Amino acid sequence: MSYFVVTYYALLIGASCLAAFYKKREVFLLLFSLTLVSFVMGIVGGVSALTAVSVGAGLLAFAAGTSYAFREFLIIISPDDIAKELRTAPLTAAFGMFVIFTYAIAGIFAPYIAPFGEAEVISSSFAPPDENMLLGADQLGRDTFSRIIYGARNSVGIALGATILAFTIGALCGLLAATKGGWFDQLMGRVADVIMSVPSLIFALLMLSIFGTNIIVIIIVVALIYSPRVFRLARAVAGNIVVMDYIEAAKLRGEGTWYLIRKEILPNSTAPLIAEFGLEFCFVFLLIAGLSFLGLGIQPPTADWGSMVRENATLISFGDITPLIPAAAIALLTVAVNFVVDWMLHRSSGLKE
Amino acid sequence: MKNEKDVLLEIRGLRIEGYSDETWVEIVHGVDLTLHRGEVLGLIGESGAGKSTIGLAAMGFARDGCRISGGTVDFDGLELTTTSESDLRALRGSRIAYVAQSAAASFNPAHRIIDQHTEAPLHYRLQSRMEAQEDAMQLYERLRLPNPTEIGFRYPHQVSGGQLQRAMTAMAMACRPDLIIFDEPTTALDVTTQIEVLAAIRDIVDQFNTAAIYITHDLAVVAQMADTIKVLLKGDEVEEASTERMLKAPEDDYTKSLWAVRSFKRKQKSRPKGKDAVPVVSVQDIDAAYGPTKVLEDVSFDIYPGMTVAVVGESGSGKSTTARCITGLLPPTKGEILFAGETLPASYKDRTKDQLRQAQMIYQMADTALNPKVKISEIIGRPAQFYSGLSGTELKSRVDELLDLIELEPSQYYNRYPPELSGGQKQRIGIARALAAEPSFIICDEVTSALDQLVAEGILRLLDRLQAELGLAYMFITHDLATVRSIADEVVVMQAGKVVEQGPKDQMFKPPHHPYTDLLLSSVPEMDPDWLTNLLEERGTDNIGEAASNQGNV
Repeated sequence: MSYFVVTYYALLIGASCLAAFYKKREVFLLLFSLTLVSFVMGIVGGVSALTAVSVGAGLLAFAAGTSYAFREFLIIISPDDIAKELRTAPLTAAFGMFVIFTYAIAGIFAPYIAPFGEAEVISSSFAPPDENMLLGADQLGRDTFSRIIYGARNSVGIALGATILAFTIGALCGLLAATKGGWFDQLMGRVADVIMSVPSLIFALLMLSIFGTNIIVIIIVVALIYSPRVFRLARAVAGNIVVMDYIEAAKLRGEGTWYLIRKEILPNSTAPLIAEFGLEFCFVFLLIAGLSFLGLGIQPPTADWGSMVRENATLISFGDITPLIPAAAIALLTVAVNFVVDWMLHRSSGLKE
Repeated sequence: MKNEKDVLLEIRGLRIEGYSDETWVEIVHGVDLTLHRGEVLGLIGESGAGKSTIGLAAMGFARDGCRISGGTVDFDGLELTTTSESDLRALRGSRIAYVAQSAAASFNPAHRIIDQHTEAPLHYRLQSRMEAQEDAMQLYERLRLPNPTEIGFRYPHQVSGGQLQRAMTAMAMACRPDLIIFDEPTTALDVTTQIEVLAAIRDIVDQFNTAAIYITHDLAVVAQMADTIKVLLKGDEVEEASTERMLKAPEDDYTKSLWAVRSFKRKQKSRPKGKDAVPVVSVQDIDAAYGPTKVLEDVSFDIYPGMTVAVVGESGSGKSTTARCITGLLPPTKGEILFAGETLPASYKDRTKDQLRQAQMIYQMADTALNPKVKISEIIGRPAQFYSGLSGTELKSRVDELLDLIELEPSQYYNRYPPELSGGQKQRIGIARALAAEPSFIICDEVTSALDQLVAEGILRLLDRLQAELGLAYMFITHDLATVRSIADEVVVMQAGKVVEQGPKDQMFKPPHHPYTDLLLSSVPEMDPDWLTNLLEERGTDNIGEAASNQGNV
């Protein structure tokens, strides 16, 4: 029995007793079940399993602490009404916001953060990490860390652009369709059906092979693929709003369609639309990453997480984790955005626990 | 007569807290209540008085975001505040039943009525399915539902609102509970259907000697139903007395003010004489239809400047449809609408800005009539900006002026949003929005029916004052004849899309009437505890409401 194991169990049991003494039911249950699980794991896996558990717990605690501090920070720096909303945010949402914040910083200040250029060959291919290169080199000898940082700018930037475009098109058409009704509604609905009936990846591949793969085309094609979903949501939300008496009052006042949409309908449909924005952003991001992986997305030498996974994919058979790093970056962002969206959805649905 | 053993429910020092803005706020401050077997207690008060909350607490239940923080609820020897949730659940439905305000919202639309009825007896294994169905049919018969053997096999949307409310009462009776809590069971119904439900509830409570708590804000209704009345104000008890004493000699000032509400009356105006008097709005022989269904037939009436014309009738009689025709939302299929002698285009889309400005509308539900995401200043300011082109300080002073006019302090309300206001305040904002257009004619669509009596009276007085100051003409759509008595100059009675009778108010309230007018008039509950009994004798007990309205059809 090493000191580590003794300390490990002593800490866990002590914490469990404290929790029980202060009648923190959930904390106690969590800690004590962890203790019991550790017994089994310690017998089966030895010291290394316990080390893994404590590292995992430490990481979780670190993430929770960061999220908590970040939320408090946001509450303090934001004006009163936003601070009030932020207080209702769970730690997961705070974690999501922190990750998004980090990605944004990385993307915006990429040239200052990255030690090398995204297309700069500085070493032999697949060089292992050293003091110069944090994460080693890729298949052409470029610094992986720098490319990850630049990738944040390229991948996230394009996904953001495409999502915003998809929302502008979709929401505008949806609100117009709900307000105007009649043949316009029918027409837009059928167009949306047609777009949605083609599998999105095949549609994107088709369009990109017709129009070529430059960034503008990618943004437009992806926006076009995702706008029908936004259209359907916006139309459904607005459909519930246009039957309200205040819309009737505005119509009887003689207001035009544009005023109705802008001043009466839009303010009442922002909450579900924003939540949907977060969700769609993830899908768009994954689609673009997928396209890059297939070689039809962002073209080399521009750094992009999707294509970085593909380019380094061969390394996985040698047990190297390099190709997993950009994949993890994608996964982390997706999870983070979903954490924030969950919180927003919860708020907009008006549920109370 | 009643000794201590008869006590069924005893609530002592009940305190309930509600969660808002991250703190617990006390909403019921120590209310006592004693209910004997077979007794009916009326709980009355404005909205927010805590009536429903107390009613639910009598079942040991607190709504989401509420908690019982103090006091005892003793139901037949069982302390409900400390009873476990599973024991409470066993009690509810079998020994305590609840009848909600909106039967339509409380029935599950996907199941047949009788299946929902038999759910509780089957769950508690009191009866077999066949027995329970048999029993349900008997209850339907006692509640005077038409076709008692068949009606249970319909779905909730296939029966009328009044019938559904009675079916719900039958459902509450299914396990022969000791206590039923009625939470405003007739508030959403017309006067003519209300009577049926009231009579049915009273009979069945009498027959089975069930105790009941009857929650309402309508004094005349509670006078018919309750043995004792308890008046609540903001979570405090004001006074409690037997119904007769309460009606004859209320002690507290607040109770007196509740009783005095219906006293608002103003002098009746008559039509301006002389040849140059032109009606502001003249509806001439209009027909209207929703798709193939005809809803209006040959409706015509005139509204002269500065006068109030009340349009009355049950729901479905075409009152609101007439208003939609006048505003142009539903172009009539025949006939025309004259505005100050000129024909108005049928659809609002073809009308000029000025024509739109002249006729404004105030809605029944202020909640849906005001955009919740727009500031008060903009809600009121927009029509002024839109029609008169005001902006900047001019616009602000106009909004202030309008807020003054509706008796709300401008500086307090200028930057607030509708959800922060009370029902009466919202309705006032709705009025201000209509006034902002400087109209000559306003359609008031059931403006007071969603409000408490005291608040409603305030709105009526405000509307009356504005009429005197600004010379407005009102078309007042309502099914509440008390409102008609207080504010109308002329009355138009509608039934099934036709005008059955019209004329000055004083003539309309004097016999002889059209049979339908008579039915409407006699169905308005009065503040006399014997009113319902007398009325039922007069009309004969057999299916009073429907039989009488069928008579009216002939």
